[in-house]
Amino acid sequence: MSLSARVRIPTEARAGEVVEIRTLVSHPMETGFRVDSFGRRVPRNILTRFSCRYADREIVSMDLRPGIAANPYLAFRFVADVSGAIELRWEGQDGEVLVERGHLEVSAA
Amino acid sequence: MKSWLPILLLLGCCASAGPPEHRSGYHLLGGELRALQDDDFANPGMLWVDRGERLWNAPGGPREQSCRDCHDEPANLRGLTNRLPRFDAEADRLHNLDTLVRDCRQQRQQAEVLPHESEDLLALTTLIAHQSRGLPLEVTVEGPARAAFEQGRASFERRRGQLDLSCADCHQRLEGARLRGETISAGMVNGFPLYRLTWEGLGSRQRMIRWCNEAVRAEPMDPDSRRALALELYLAWRSRGLPLESPAVRR
Ligand code: HEC
Ligand code: HEC
Repeated sequence: MSLSARVRIPTEARAGEVVEIRTLVSHPMETGFRVDSFGRRVPRNILTRFSCRYADREIVSMDLRPGIAANPYLAFRFVADVSGAIELRWEGQDGEVLVERGHLEVSAA
Repeated sequence: MKSWLPILLLLGCCASAGPPEHRSGYHLLGGELRALQDDDFANPGMLWVDRGERLWNAPGGPREQSCRDCHDEPANLRGLTNRLPRFDAEADRLHNLDTLVRDCRQQRQQAEVLPHESEDLLALTTLIAHQSRGLPLEVTVEGPARAAFEQGRASFERRRGQLDLSCADCHQRLEGARLRGETISAGMVNGFPLYRLTWEGLGSRQRMIRWCNEAVRAEPMDPDSRRALALELYLAWRSRGLPLESPAVRR
């Protein structure tokens, strides 16, 4: 299935509040070790990196490996401190990139 | 697929031959997988529902018509999937969700055929099935559907493949037994199209039938054949009353 994501990005928070981002991305995460029903090796095809920027800071980054199941689900929490743009980014092994954006508005606690 | 024969011989001696449990495969899932199915965000099957929504609105065919142009909201098809397969007396054949969508796309939208189990077909069928979530399965097996129903029942009971097992051997007699790390369910179809972790993807009822046939090393059935649709009708009747769960999650 073509690369696409479901994301849940909070839009509002009070300063100091812990908020959560949830993501689910469609990707086969093909390990390169499987053979198809004709005995041919299925070429490796994986996402290699996920990162999240919030208000111009990278708050999450991770390398993804072949052992991860298809359609990876990733969720994480962080403390909302300033209003700012949120950018989620998945990178595939062949340079394909998927970006999802949001904006978090932070009010005084 | 590796052989299940030794395990089955072992099981054969001790499994009880009770009546079929009328329970959704959902009840055999661990807490984590149930939570995954129930979470409309994290349920991976929802990726296909999303994709189905995009396709629903995409123009196609010579008149550049989308599904929406003729059907409006997908929700208009609520109450369809839980009643399938359905006998079409005029055409003298059974229709399931796949044949309805493929036929409509080909004949009315006049766009290219969607291959069985293709991501696009699964996206549309899952979107449509999802509209009926929570509705009880109820298929008509009387009148003109009766002959197909009896054919389906006989097919369910017939032993097949190198392992010489019938669907009923596993899903009725061995229900609840463990097989290669899986617990055999009652073989209900209220979750389809559903996401199986072993497939790392979505599949229709017919894909499941093919998978089970392969497991006993039987001849595959053409998913559009009378035989295959009759078997699906019988499976839907066995699942009667269970709420539709699509997209369900299974191991
Ligand atoms: C040109 C108009 C048109 C287009 C485009 C169209 N349909 Fe249909 N469709 C119909 C008509 C008319 C029927 C039969 C009347 C009915 O049952 O609603 C039908 C029937 C169906 C049915 C069976 C409904 C039932 O209750 O039995 C399904 C499922 C379906 N269409 C799916 C789709 C999908 C998915 C698409 C897009 C890929 C699509 N259709 C595009 C006109 C259209
Ligand atoms: C060797 C035992 C075996 C046989 C024979 C067998 N199956 Fe299965 N079937 C399984 C296993 C194992 C699963 C996966 C675990 C589960 O859901 O039961 C399964 C799953 C299913 C499911 C999905 C249940 C759910 O909750 O999603 C259906 C439907 C099904 N089988 C139908 C059939 C049909 C129809 C036949 C006959 C053509 C058949 N099976 C023959 C072992 C078998």
